[in-house]
Amino acid sequence: MKNNQGMSIIVKTVTRVSVWLMVLYAWYIILHGHLTPGGGFGGGVIFAIAMLNVLLAYGSEFTEKWLKIRLLHDIEAASILLFLIVGILGISVLGGFLTNFILKGKLYELISAGTIPIFNILIGIKVAMSLFLAVLILAKTNIENGGEV
Amino acid sequence: MMPTEIWLIFIISICIVGSIVALELKDILSSIIAVGVVGLGIAVSFLILQAPDLAVVQFVFEIFAVIILVRAFLKKDYHKEEPSTINKVLVGVTLITLGAIFYLSLSVFKLLPPFGQPLFETAQYYVQNGATDTGAANLVSAIILDYRAYDTLGEVTVLFAAILGTLTILRIKKSKNSQEVTNEK
Amino acid sequence: MIVYILCFVLFLVGLYGVLTKRDLVKIILSVGIMGYAANLFLILFAYKSDSFYPILTEGKENLSRVDPLPQALVLTSIVIELGTTALLVALAIKLYQKYKTFDITKIRRLSG
Repeated sequence: MKNNQGMSIIVKTVTRVSVWLMVLYAWYIILHGHLTPGGGFGGGVIFAIAMLNVLLAYGSEFTEKWLKIRLLHDIEAASILLFLIVGILGISVLGGFLTNFILKGKLYELISAGTIPIFNILIGIKVAMSLFLAVLILAKTNIENGGEV
Repeated sequence: MMPTEIWLIFIISICIVGSIVALELKDILSSIIAVGVVGLGIAVSFLILQAPDLAVVQFVFEIFAVIILVRAFLKKDYHKEEPSTINKVLVGVTLITLGAIFYLSLSVFKLLPPFGQPLFETAQYYVQNGATDTGAANLVSAIILDYRAYDTLGEVTVLFAAILGTLTILRIKKSKNSQEVTNEK
Repeated sequence: MIVYILCFVLFLVGLYGVLTKRDLVKIILSVGIMGYAANLFLILFAYKSDSFYPILTEGKENLSRVDPLPQALVLTSIVIELGTTALLVALAIKLYQKYKTFDITKIRRLSG
């Protein structure tokens, strides 16, 4: 139970500042996925590491209150649904599942490549939420007792 | 031999040594960290093999995997590998079998094309037409999210199922039981 | 060719761990090592000498590029590997809570 209180005040203060920088970097990686190395998978994991930082510094009780775990579950499930909806929109517009139906734009520009940035964002959110929830449930599980049915 | 190949031999040798160390150490924390070294070595070799996309992903995933393993297995008391009940004969037989597999498969590697001259020809289409077809400069992301987006959908589904399984396994009657335990104390 | 052989040795080390180790954590780590070797072998096989990464940069569109298709396959494979690792860790924790040991031979004996 002592682990749930988190670390010292120095760590907490540094975390409060640095988490936002990590989230910013994660979104940079996700949004530039079609231009530079990275994309939804890498950026999503960086996002998850940023949330994991909060978990390690503040403890699981505070994190659950602050991040609204039910909301995260809903976002996780909604992202995969949105992925399917964008794919089905491709059928109605161009006649193929998961077709790239938005205008391609100019090469090397941030807003280009049609549906690829949208899929990158959805995959990033999905990976971040699911990995963070897995770690959260691992952190809450007491390996010694508890959980025995 | 090209310098690329020499670098790769060096890094993969480090990975092999790291994995042997990870398997033979008695101390679980050291093993997990040694496997982390192996994963980072693989990330560097992806970078040398001109796959920066994979290097980024492998790097962050390795860090995440090490955090998961350490967080899961090192809770209160320090976990050490329990003294093995396995007999030496079984280890010997396994080693001899693996050695035989290695020796017999050496001739297969002579049939493979030499390093640096791949057989794949489909790549030429993607490299030449990928940018005009999809509008993305990153051809890897063009493949996973446009040409083969259906693949990615399946992959996301597998990830969803794996994480759902994790949540289901660990959540069974956990909160009730732990409360009872604390009340008894 | 030496690179392929070394990669295969890495795979065999993982296989050795799966076959002989009796600690659940070691088995999970061995499965991870086998996954690394498989991923690395695909990328090694696709490497073309004197080629560049498959990401176009402005003004250098006509350079020779390595094959992007195996990279896309391995990218998804890495992610699935992490999900599988989390699942294995959860199973190992559940087994530990039930039997108070990570040794699979003892677990088998207790199940009776």
